[in-house]
Amino acid sequence: MAGKISSVPFSGTQEQEQKLLEVIEAHKDVQGSLISVLQQAQDIYGYLPIEVQKIIADKMDVPLEEIYGVVSFYSQFSLNPKGKYKISVCLGTACYVKGAGDIFDKLSQNLGIVGGECTADGRFSLEACRCIGACGLAPVMTINDEVYGRLVVDDVDRILAEYQNK
Amino acid sequence: MFRSQVLICGGTGCTSSGSDQLIHSFESELAKNDLQDEVKIVRTGCFGLCALGPIVIIYPEGSFYSRVEVTDVPEIVSEHLLKGRPVERLLYDETVTDNGVISLNDTNFYKKQHRVALRNCGVINPENIDEYIAMDGYKALGICLTEKTPQEVIDIIKASGLRGRGGAGFPTGVKWQLTAQNHADQKYVACNADEGDPGAFMDRSVLEGDPHTILEAMAIAAYATGANHGFIYVRAEYPIAVKRLQIAIDQAREYGLLGKDIFGTGFDFDIELRLGAGAFVCGEETALMRSVEGQRGEPRPRPPFPAQKGIFEKPTLLNNVETYANITQIILNGPEWFASMGTEKSKGTKVFALGGKINNTGLVEVPMGTTLREIIEEIGGGIPGGKKFKAAQTGGPSGGCIPAEHFDIPIDYDNLISIGSMMGSGGMIVMDEDTCMVDIAKFFLEFTVEESCGKCTPCRVGTKRLLEMLTKITKGQATLEDLDKIEELCHYIKENALCGLGQTAPNPVLATLHYFRDEYVAHIVDKKCPAGVCKALLTYSIDPDKCKGCTLCARVCPAGAITGTVKLPHEIDPHKCLKCGACIEKCKFGAISIQ
Repeated sequence: MAGKISSVPFSGTQEQEQKLLEVIEAHKDVQGSLISVLQQAQDIYGYLPIEVQKIIADKMDVPLEEIYGVVSFYSQFSLNPKGKYKISVCLGTACYVKGAGDIFDKLSQNLGIVGGECTADGRFSLEACRCIGACGLAPVMTINDEVYGRLVVDDVDRILAEYQNK
Repeated sequence: MFRSQVLICGGTGCTSSGSDQLIHSFESELAKNDLQDEVKIVRTGCFGLCALGPIVIIYPEGSFYSRVEVTDVPEIVSEHLLKGRPVERLLYDETVTDNGVISLNDTNFYKKQHRVALRNCGVINPENIDEYIAMDGYKALGICLTEKTPQEVIDIIKASGLRGRGGAGFPTGVKWQLTAQNHADQKYVACNADEGDPGAFMDRSVLEGDPHTILEAMAIAAYATGANHGFIYVRAEYPIAVKRLQIAIDQAREYGLLGKDIFGTGFDFDIELRLGAGAFVCGEETALMRSVEGQRGEPRPRPPFPAQKGIFEKPTLLNNVETYANITQIILNGPEWFASMGTEKSKGTKVFALGGKINNTGLVEVPMGTTLREIIEEIGGGIPGGKKFKAAQTGGPSGGCIPAEHFDIPIDYDNLISIGSMMGSGGMIVMDEDTCMVDIAKFFLEFTVEESCGKCTPCRVGTKRLLEMLTKITKGQATLEDLDKIEELCHYIKENALCGLGQTAPNPVLATLHYFRDEYVAHIVDKKCPAGVCKALLTYSIDPDKCKGCTLCARVCPAGAITGTVKLPHEIDPHKCLKCGACIEKCKFGAISIQ
């Protein structure tokens, strides 16, 4: 379910690895904690490249293929780095019938990328997300933690411009 | 003592539209007017009327302010809270009548509702256990532990007639009994809070607005079934719910309501949160249990049922959030009270998340047996823009649709199944004449194809083939024979898929085909999309009488398909037209139409 493997070189720091080791240490003996560890690892690195999966495999004594199996199963886990501004357009039913598909197409057209990709300058990444439950505001998109609701296609240019120079 | 209370919704909908900033703004305005010791600000859970968020309610008057902006706050504080004059301009229209301002509970949206599962949402501060206890919180647990045997508790739940609110409607008491009678050194109770149906947000609102009711009900279930450890499996996409659950668990532990020797009865019970990682199939019980164990969330055949072998191979009781939200009320008010609501075989109330083409988007809780007409026309306030109702979709990707001809059918588990839909978890998406039913069926299929875990072939391959055939229809390339093939494949998938996801995946297709076959035929035979949605089947044209020749459309057309001379009517070349709609958006004279 997750996308292709990233071609961006891994650039993890010592500090990040130290944090990851602490997380692993705290969860090592808790039964069934692999997903929690992966979630925290993704918080630390922003994504889950194979290098990070290897560290987890070694320290938790779980085969790498099992870890890769879990990572590629869940849509929350990403094998690719995300943009500085992560744009998610809700394509839940309520948003869809209110035109979220058009919003998504417009973003894709403006940014020149398709869902799951990141712009060449690393500024924006675009993805369609599952219902975030803000159906009263449909159609909805989020950019990092900021929520934009009751959107119309014409809002897209203005909103992207806000982030263009940030 | 505070003389006034300002309740500000802290649910996801209102938080998304800025209720956090409102809280800060109220705090500073109150301080400026030296009212901080007289007026209390409470961040509550969801009030239900999400379309009007952010919502602020001021008690004791019960004034209902809708779509409040930060710039409105100084006026509300100085006029309403200082001088006692509600700011009518900002009140919800329906509460302002010729006879003055009426209470929220007398508006159409709330009048017909009956709140059991949502009773505390929008009433208490969900991050404060004392407010929950003040609403009889943890009293039901106390009664069970000190006055009732586990079997008596199970008998009460059985007598109430409560059925699982996750969608399938299995009798809850029977499930408890099955788990109780399996003996093991370790048993678990779990809560399915992996609300993945797009367009459904009832469970989230309960978790955000009243997390303790879930903890208390799980403790009761654990006592009844002989478990001492619980898991709540909640979507990571619900950060506010996760945070409030964790706060609630910590507070309950501190008060001794979770942990060892609860109420001094020797009963031990604790709860752990497990976050989902974005896989719809994990709402299926066997897949959910695999995911709790930290594995790929793939389902497995049943039997063995979770009551026999569940999480870590131990007997496990798994109920949905809304099911748990009813438990304490059944214990406190008695099973007869609960069974007095609803229809013969579906007791109690049901929460629906109303969304789509409807005025009052939000959460409604009504007794089972309420008709679609009451929900959509009276509570939901009808369809915006005077459009015509076409269908309501229930049950998400597993469900079907209810067309206008069944507008007066009482909604319960069995009636919905008899008309080819299902209750599902309670998402109800309203569709009007502008919604294409083939496109909607395709939308749900895209969802299932994406979410199919790939373990069994009927689902992995079958749904993909089904989607391809639907896509052919929306492109005008299908034949009538394809409809027969679609039906055959649908039945094959239903009969052969491994889990609930696959077995129900064809439902949206079958239901739309049943009720809206003419739309399918129009796509295939006439090569037309009656609702004007399927792009490949649309033709754009310019009405020469309306066109002023302003050239705006020709300039925005990315394909150069529009030609004409200034101040004379323009024309669209259908062969070059990409059907992007850019021209329609720009035309100021309404001269461009789609057929």
